[in-house]
Amino acid sequence: MFTAKITITIRESILDPQGKAVEHSLKSLGFDEIEDTRIGKHIELKINTSSKEEAEKISKEACSKLLANPVMEDFKIEIEKDVKS
Amino acid sequence: MSKAKAGIVVFPGSNCDHDAYHVLKNVLSVDTKFLWHKESAVGDRNIIILPGGFSYGDYLRCGSIARFSPIMKDVIRFAGRGGIVIGICNGFQVLCETGLLPGALMRNENLKFICKTVTLKVENNKSIFTSKYMIKEEISLPVAHGEGNYFCSEEKLTALIGNNQILFTYKDNPNGSVSNIAGIQNEGRNVLGLMPHPERVSEKILGSDDGRRIFESVAESVI
Repeated sequence: MFTAKITITIRESILDPQGKAVEHSLKSLGFDEIEDTRIGKHIELKINTSSKEEAEKISKEACSKLLANPVMEDFKIEIEKDVKS
Repeated sequence: MSKAKAGIVVFPGSNCDHDAYHVLKNVLSVDTKFLWHKESAVGDRNIIILPGGFSYGDYLRCGSIARFSPIMKDVIRFAGRGGIVIGICNGFQVLCETGLLPGALMRNENLKFICKTVTLKVENNKSIFTSKYMIKEEISLPVAHGEGNYFCSEEKLTALIGNNQILFTYKDNPNGSVSNIAGIQNEGRNVLGLMPHPERVSEKILGSDDGRRIFESVAESVI
């Protein structure tokens, strides 16, 4: 069993209004060092398969088909092996 | 009597389905029926409407889950061979998710749900959706959306402009859409997506019938 930790964010080239609003709020709290803020989604999938490569392949396919919209979003996948299994 | 036969797709969470049904059936006397999302075919319908609402609670991304509803397979096939499809608000989002229309609808630039009447410009009246409007005519339609900020790549935008695919633009852009886009048609000119709600302003008794001519144009195009 593997866990895929997926992060989906709006593509770098596109304005992220949520990120900007939070960034302004952080600036007003005095976090002057923070230069950029982007907000995204975190999705975790439990994948019942025997190899890390297969888990990665399945996650990629799930992202391309449903979880992310390539017109406006990028995704990152991290695969972890479940310790229990 | 028009030969139009309209089908209004109902997803879990659709909430403008009855408005669209009422306008077509009772105002325009078009043969109209609902199509539950689990149905596998559009049957004898020759106009398909994807109504507004919050299909599947707008979970993940607006329209992303509805796009995989059983009926959508046949809607895609139907549109592929020239069938008329109109997506209003959430329906527009579903059409972008399916790829029947280019681009995507993102969170409004001001992060607010916008619910108000806006002025639109009819940019092209040589379409089956806008033939009853004058070119550059200004009409008032209500918008009610949190994700209506239309985005597409520059390349796609150039194509939209070049092919006269932009049918409606906002006079005062409320949501940050590129090139003030409020409604577009596909390259094949048989699929329309728009964020404003023409079905809510199709009878004078409700304050305005500025939206009615979209449905009239389409119903008349079916011969």
